[in-house]
Amino acid sequence: MVAEIGRFALILSLMIALAQSSLPLIGAYRNDRRYMAFGDTAAIAQFTFIALAFVCLTDAFLRSDFSLAVVASNSHTAKPLLYKIAGVWGNHEGSMLLWVLILAAFGATIAIFGRVIPETLRARTLAIQAMIGVGFLAFIVFTSNPFARLDPAPLQGAGLNPLLQDPGLASHPPFLYLGYVGFSTAFSFAIAALIEGRADSVWARFARPWILSAWSFLTIGIMLGSLWAYYELGWGGFWFWDPVENASLMPWLLGTALVHSALVVERRHTLVKWTVLLGILTFSMSLIGTFVVRSGVLTSVHAFAVDPERGVFILALLVIATGGGLGLYAWRAPRLGEGSGFEVFSREGTLVLNNMLIVTLTATVFLGTFYPLFIDLIGKDKISVGPPFYALTFIPLAIPVFIAMVFGPLARWRKDEKAQWPVRVGPALAGAALLAVVTAVASGGKDIVAALLVGISAWLIIGSLLVLGRRIRAGAAPWQTSLQLALTLPRGVYAVAAAHLGIGLLVLGVLGATLWKEEKVSAMGVGESVVFAGRTVKLLSIEQGEGPNYQMQRAVFTVTQGGRLSTLAPERRFYPDREMETTEAAIESSLLGNFYLATGSEVNDTQLSVRMYSHPLAIWIWIGGAVMALGGLLACWGTRTQVTAPVAKDVATGPASPATAG
Amino acid sequence: MLRWIVFVPVALFAILAVTFGLGLRRDPSAIPSVLIDRPVPAFVLEPVKPGVAPFRQEDLKGKVSLLNVFASWCSACRYEHPTLMALAENNTIPIYGLDWKDEPRACLDYLERSGDPFVSIGGDMSGRAAIDLGVTGAPETFVIDKAGQIRYKHVGPITEDVWRDTIAPLVARLEAET
Repeated sequence: MVAEIGRFALILSLMIALAQSSLPLIGAYRNDRRYMAFGDTAAIAQFTFIALAFVCLTDAFLRSDFSLAVVASNSHTAKPLLYKIAGVWGNHEGSMLLWVLILAAFGATIAIFGRVIPETLRARTLAIQAMIGVGFLAFIVFTSNPFARLDPAPLQGAGLNPLLQDPGLASHPPFLYLGYVGFSTAFSFAIAALIEGRADSVWARFARPWILSAWSFLTIGIMLGSLWAYYELGWGGFWFWDPVENASLMPWLLGTALVHSALVVERRHTLVKWTVLLGILTFSMSLIGTFVVRSGVLTSVHAFAVDPERGVFILALLVIATGGGLGLYAWRAPRLGEGSGFEVFSREGTLVLNNMLIVTLTATVFLGTFYPLFIDLIGKDKISVGPPFYALTFIPLAIPVFIAMVFGPLARWRKDEKAQWPVRVGPALAGAALLAVVTAVASGGKDIVAALLVGISAWLIIGSLLVLGRRIRAGAAPWQTSLQLALTLPRGVYAVAAAHLGIGLLVLGVLGATLWKEEKVSAMGVGESVVFAGRTVKLLSIEQGEGPNYQMQRAVFTVTQGGRLSTLAPERRFYPDREMETTEAAIESSLLGNFYLATGSEVNDTQLSVRMYSHPLAIWIWIGGAVMALGGLLACWGTRTQVTAPVAKDVATGPASPATAG
Repeated sequence: MLRWIVFVPVALFAILAVTFGLGLRRDPSAIPSVLIDRPVPAFVLEPVKPGVAPFRQEDLKGKVSLLNVFASWCSACRYEHPTLMALAENNTIPIYGLDWKDEPRACLDYLERSGDPFVSIGGDMSGRAAIDLGVTGAPETFVIDKAGQIRYKHVGPITEDVWRDTIAPLVARLEAET
């Protein structure tokens, strides 16, 4: 019964989305307030009904209702509660439902928090958002019904893929979707601007909070995914340049470019057409990602629910959305007009450079991801592009971005004294040079790449602090004044500093975990010990046990380092329902580095193969990611408060305030 | 700004969309190799596992075998790995490995982690042998007959289906040949 309610709610939300995608557009065209206001109500109603459907599906998973096909093939009564819930989105149908839930949630937030947005712009944005909703809701209702019944119902379910039974991965898809589905708002705002024939600084100011929040969530999602890969896949890698990973990286990169170019539109009303184009492209990358993951055009270790039939449907949606969007762009973009000019040595100049470089980076990843497909189609062969390609292309292109991003926030808008630039970045340059030389000398002149990267991360970290230092006049004014300034600084300044600082920390972590890593594989029996990376590792015992839905073998080790003793217990788990084995690595983590221990198969009757890794500074990868996401969220909070003050008076006459009660 | 430049994105996207469309419809079966029914080109490759003899094309003579082109950096290879492991564990057919443009250490690491289905592995760091074999990407698998001739080339991962439907029947036929 509950499942039928869920299905009904989904069909109803499709109907609402259909109305929402048309009536507000007519309203905006005729300037009819009632039709436009329908957009707000519909957005909230559409979200409510999808949420109801989602709750119904969750309920089926919690009660292990195996008469539903998705529950039967993805759940199990013995599964812990957390994974019963995560099971809702651990399959194709449920994850599509989560997809539209988040899509509708973003629409609803525009309706609720976007009261200050000019009526026609809001109405059109919500209509576009609903059009995307119509496409994906139809996809679910007609091809991927999560509420399909099984008759007769099996007594037990097949269980969730054991690799996915992990807290990191349970939370990874929601954040990832919040990110890349969130970019739908960038698309909707961009298309609405094209329909209006106007995109100005007001438009950018309203669009930015949604773009920024999507970007921040995507950052968190990608970081959770890499953290999961790091400890679950059992060999200490954190990024594999896999097509599915790249599918989330591409919208992130373009989103990063978009966040920056939208800032230029907001402050200087220039780069308007470019920003609108980026808005369309960023979400298109999200759609392409969805297509890749679910259609099977590329081989990936992560691809799930692969089905060419579904691929056709998603491709059709992609063609309508992106093709339609870009077609509209070709027609209407010339009306958006030229912006005001600026000189090369200005903040705009640095941001244009940033955009060009990031778009090139995206193109690199795009090429690497789809090259096998192109080659296949022109009749050659199926191939796989691996990390060597990215090491040769992505990394050299990323370095100029890192160098440029320190100059940007320190530069003035429109026109700047270029003679001042070396002075302003002086401390960062000095710090970077010093640390690079120290690293080079410490390694005996051999580790030049590491020295360069240490220099770059110092450059980024000091450079981001300089942004704050300059604004609070640290050193130039008495400390009381600096403190006063620090307290009154706009949040946007802290946001920039944090986001850029995060990149610096991330680079530091990546370089430590890749260039300085050590690893060792030994066959160890109980009682034997091995010396590795300044530690003595002793295997105390090997235990067999049972988890809620798996059998396990746990090896208990003691690790002694400089008189400090700790115990680590990596596990290998076997899930009988799926006949799958997973590794649970044991990691001792500190700010200086991770010690990573994983066990493999038995070498002989008494010995296990044991893999040990030392990943210096690895944890800074994820700290850096968190700091970056925090920067994004701060910026979105910052713009929001700036929005309300000046615009409120324009809207005071409108019907905005009482409607919040609904 | 030039008027036509606004049409560039939509034009590029049209090409991409067509590519995706064809990608969905393409026939995943392999393109035949020019080397079919010809002897395996001569090669001598450094062994990846330390302390064993180099891997030569003569090693392939005298029995029906598979020559699998793989690399530790190749994600599609991970996908077919379980199938290879199952074949090796059941002693179904000897599998020889050609480790393509890969660090021997990385390769050993990979095999230690996920199991080693290979009788012998030659490291082709320079990619020379792979060029002679007409390899354009990993994974690729050659079916070699008793005379040491290439009889079939499969491009892309060997899944259970590929093995059952395509390769296993061929191998059975080749085994019957004298």
